[in-house]
Amino acid sequence: MIQFSSVRKEYRTGTVAVEDFSMTAPTGSITVLVGSSGCGKTTLLRMVNRMVDPTAGEVLIDGTSVAERDPVELRRSIGYVMQSGGLLPHKTVAENIQTVAKLRGVPRARRDARTFELMDTVGLESGLARRYPSELSGGQQQRVGVARALAVDPNILLMDEPFGAVDPLVRRDLQQELLELQRTLAKTVLFVTHDIDEAFLLGDYVAILEVGARVVQHGTPADILATPANDFVEAFIGADRGARALRIVEHSGHKIVVDGSHRVAGRLSED
Amino acid sequence: MDWLANNWALVGALSLDHARISVIPIVVGFLISLPLGWLAQRFPVTRGFVLGGVGVLYTIPSLALFMLLPPLLGISVLSELNVIIALTVYAVAIMVRTVADAFASIEPSALRSATAVGYAEWGRFFAVELPLAGPVLLAGLRVVAVSTVSMVTVGALVGIQSLGYLFTDGFQRRIVPEVMTGVVMTFLVALVFDAVLVVLGRIIMPWSLVGHTPQRGGA
Amino acid sequence: MDLFLDALVWLLSPEQYTGEGSLPQRTLEHLSYTASATVLAALFALPIGYFIGHTGKGGTWIVAMTGAARALPSFGLILLLVLLLGVSQRVTASLIALVLLGIPPLMAGAYSGMQQIPRSTIDAARAQGMTEWQIVWRVEVPVSLPLVLGGLRGAVLQIVATATLVAYVGLGGLGYDIIQGIPLRRFDQTIGTALVIVVVALALDAMLALATRVATPRGVRQGRLDDVRARESGSRSAPVATVASSPEKEITQQRKNT
Repeated sequence: MIQFSSVRKEYRTGTVAVEDFSMTAPTGSITVLVGSSGCGKTTLLRMVNRMVDPTAGEVLIDGTSVAERDPVELRRSIGYVMQSGGLLPHKTVAENIQTVAKLRGVPRARRDARTFELMDTVGLESGLARRYPSELSGGQQQRVGVARALAVDPNILLMDEPFGAVDPLVRRDLQQELLELQRTLAKTVLFVTHDIDEAFLLGDYVAILEVGARVVQHGTPADILATPANDFVEAFIGADRGARALRIVEHSGHKIVVDGSHRVAGRLSED
Repeated sequence: MDWLANNWALVGALSLDHARISVIPIVVGFLISLPLGWLAQRFPVTRGFVLGGVGVLYTIPSLALFMLLPPLLGISVLSELNVIIALTVYAVAIMVRTVADAFASIEPSALRSATAVGYAEWGRFFAVELPLAGPVLLAGLRVVAVSTVSMVTVGALVGIQSLGYLFTDGFQRRIVPEVMTGVVMTFLVALVFDAVLVVLGRIIMPWSLVGHTPQRGGA
Repeated sequence: MDLFLDALVWLLSPEQYTGEGSLPQRTLEHLSYTASATVLAALFALPIGYFIGHTGKGGTWIVAMTGAARALPSFGLILLLVLLLGVSQRVTASLIALVLLGIPPLMAGAYSGMQQIPRSTIDAARAQGMTEWQIVWRVEVPVSLPLVLGGLRGAVLQIVATATLVAYVGLGGLGYDIIQGIPLRRFDQTIGTALVIVVVALALDAMLALATRVATPRGVRQGRLDDVRARESGSRSAPVATVASSPEKEITQQRKNT
């Protein structure tokens, strides 16, 4: 469980990235922080592994403040996936995945075995183990990033717009695979994105943020869709533009679903 | 600094000689390296050959070049021509690489849109490619200019009149201020050349003052 | 052309290879001046360059220094230092001048080598839990190696060339026979020695070029860490971590932006 308790981040220049943020990300579920760029969501994420330290307030993992833990040790126990992989260009895929294991002194044989396990988990063929990041496609690089994050068998996964830099088709695949992974592994995932569709797809809980990391609404996707808190949320989730305002209409004796602009969205399923 | 007070005229004359000798390699070097560098980047097949050849020339120490050029070209060792040609070779060696890089660094989309608008080959070169490559070319030219001015001093060993004379004469006669003056003046002449190029650059390329020209790759 | 033949005759005659002032001796002297100046310059320049590159502060200072060093006539510097320190100290004086010559390219190499590593790579390494030292040794040093070696190559080139001039102050080295031979009109000697100098300089440069290729870590040599989106859609890739060609180029790029 990750807890933010009245967290504030103010920079020396006077910019306030996070005004006063409190939220709990429950264990074993995916919590998505969503908002436009600059709203502070990445800053919040990076407070969990102490890449950024709050000016006020605290971040707690399972009840213990992260400030009490050594940053290096903390980071080695948390999985972190960033937008462009952040892979080490001069190391092979396998070496990249084993980064932390090697830092911790895990013996070679164990590391290698685990690496192949992980590659399998994220859907990378084992033949790629000896390749270098520059030889991989974007989607493959991101998978390596995820494998690397999972290598430490963390309870917590921090994901910072991890699928933002790949093509929509690849992104869909990666999103589905993350959901699949979560079904088996049940990590506590804190996921940052600016894409509300991605948030609704992946999130068990979604927090919509404004500038200064002000929480506009927090709840399950169903909550938000059913009862948007205000006009901002309505606009953000696209409810006002009709893309999500679906209706059932009769067409040639069958029920189909159309959106607010009368464009077809789908068919009503029988179950 | 009595020496300086007594020898102003000499220093002035030598500085002018020095500047005069420096100009030709810079200008001629630039003019020769433009087509060479452009060719190397336009036809990648030639790239290795051109850059390799130029690289070899750059590696040759100036003193050695001063000895090898005269028999090759049939000129006198103890002549300004020798030094000027040698320094031109260096200027080309430095500049060709810069030119190739400069042209290679232009966003292909800028070139494509120029063609789409209706520029023909030559027109596009002068109206689009050259200006866009300008800032990088200028940076390279500044390096060439400063290096050339500095290297002219070695010409003192082959008897030409330049600020380098102050080095050898001052050293022989153990007059520290003379050598010091030589060093400082050479440095100043180099700075002047650099400043002139910067000013010229601003005049010819006013757009380079505002933000960055579209370049491929992170800067 | 017969001047070249004379030179060859001179080169091949056995007296160049025996006794005081022989070609092998001069070559060795020259190489030892080069080696000591390079090592000393590296000891000073590399840590500073790495530090400035790692912290990112002071970069413009390096660019300015490189430019200024280029404007300083090394020949004059040697003579000046020898005069100031005294002829008895001419070895030290010349060495100082050569070291000063080698510092800018080495510092620029270390600096640009560090600089061209994408910030996200360093950030990711830190987020994985590497200590600052581990980041320096396991990530920054290896990935910056090609450019550092490029800087080394540039430094050696300058030093080898300028070491030809120290003969003027009474030291040895390959420049001796040229500087002595010019007033004596011994062109077989000057041309012959010039040829030797060319061979030595080219050989050193080639060795360093080879060393650069060999020492470049494999994944970095493969090429570019492409922008993942660009790769997927097949358009032009934006180099994120590139095999850079030379510190000179990086510096010129910086120059252009000032």
